[in-house]
Amino acid sequence: MRPDQPLIDWAWIAEHLDDIGLRLVQHLGISALAVAIGLAIAMALALWARRSPGLRGPVTGVTGVLYTIPSLAMFAALVPFTGLTLLTAEIPLVVYTLLILFRNIMAGFDGVPAEVNEAADGMGYRSSERLRQIELPLAVPLIIAGVRLASVSTIGLVMIVSLLGRNFGGLGVLITEGIQTFFATKVYVGAALSVALAVAADLALVALERRATPWAQGVAIDIAQGPIRTPEWIP
Amino acid sequence: MDTLTATVAWLLDPSHWAGGDGIPTRIAEHLAISTASLLAAAAVALPVGAFIGHTGRGGTLAVNVANLGRAIPSYAVLVIVLPPALQLAPVLGYDPSFGLSEIPTFTAMFLLAIPPILVNTYAGLRGVDRDLVESARGMGLREGQILARLEVPLSIGVIVGGIRTAAVQVVATATLGAVVAYGGLGRYIIDGIARHENDRLFAGVVLVAGLALITEGGLALVQRLATPRGLRLAARPGFGPAST
Repeated sequence: MRPDQPLIDWAWIAEHLDDIGLRLVQHLGISALAVAIGLAIAMALALWARRSPGLRGPVTGVTGVLYTIPSLAMFAALVPFTGLTLLTAEIPLVVYTLLILFRNIMAGFDGVPAEVNEAADGMGYRSSERLRQIELPLAVPLIIAGVRLASVSTIGLVMIVSLLGRNFGGLGVLITEGIQTFFATKVYVGAALSVALAVAADLALVALERRATPWAQGVAIDIAQGPIRTPEWIP
Repeated sequence: MDTLTATVAWLLDPSHWAGGDGIPTRIAEHLAISTASLLAAAAVALPVGAFIGHTGRGGTLAVNVANLGRAIPSYAVLVIVLPPALQLAPVLGYDPSFGLSEIPTFTAMFLLAIPPILVNTYAGLRGVDRDLVESARGMGLREGQILARLEVPLSIGVIVGGIRTAAVQVVATATLGAVVAYGGLGRYIIDGIARHENDRLFAGVVLVAGLALITEGGLALVQRLATPRGLRLAARPGFGPAST
């Protein structure tokens, strides 16, 4: 940014490893918390919609409209109400995960063959047993595919929080401060680590999916390979 | 409720509808950068997606690269591009302010728009029944004709769906341009935060969210109209081929 300054100042990085590490851990923590809460809510909604199929359309519609609201707008809109707290960061992050997770969990339930469910009923499984022992395990690949998409998008969104204040912005704080002080090294460190974190999270979840579904080796369904759709909420 | 009243009052104030910081100017700036980056991304992603979708070659690689691209946060792209764009200004002879705002915003939105368009074009073409393609080839259609008359019309809904997803993401994310001194509707949000003016902030929030929803709705309509009538009828119960 300044002509007299090297693009990467390695000495600064060496001196500030503690601060950088702290931001990295904070970024990961805020993202993981949001995805975990989002997964819990989306799972509850999916189980509800599984019992009452009429709910599926409205839930997809509402989460779809929320998903369309620009992130900076949603974060900023909460500041006057919840201040610069963790809550202001987490509410939009959780909201943005809901559409992706709900849609994938439902797709996972849809993917269980009807014959399998009928066989389970015939063998005397109660509804809750069938859910726990048959449907959820079979839905795991699609659920994890949803968690992958949600994690990657959440890690990107945490960066935006740093524009509101430096408390909960994770690696985005390094970028925002780097821009404000015209210090390129800080910008590059924040950007590079956030990309690395997103890719690492994605790869870790792929590994988790392999371990969680040993029976599906080689036939893993990956929703990311299919077309990307926006919600069909327009009548 | 005070915030709501203040926001409506701000939006209705005639002085906010004129001049360089007026709402029409900001909407025009927002749409200009969004349209430019979307068109550029489509110019790259549509031919590449059509090629790999038609030939089936390099599909997995392209889809994986596109998915990796989705992992890269736009804010990171924006700020990574900024320093070199600024330093290249004297070398290439453009205005430094162009390197500070337009180039980073355009690059980030361009990269954001590519994955949905590329993946959907590829997946759409791959979804066309291979038997139909073989029949067309047997009837003597050239590869270009198969693409133009068969594969694209049959998958146009999925392809436009990719453009729609990309457009909504770009319109929503172009808000970030205001961070690097570009205009657009993000200006009101960033300035509202900086000046502690909640009415300005919320006016920006309402305008950006509204523009994103209009984009979504408008392109959903385009998607519907672009789908050939036969396919729309086939999707209706009672019209399609009997399912087993």
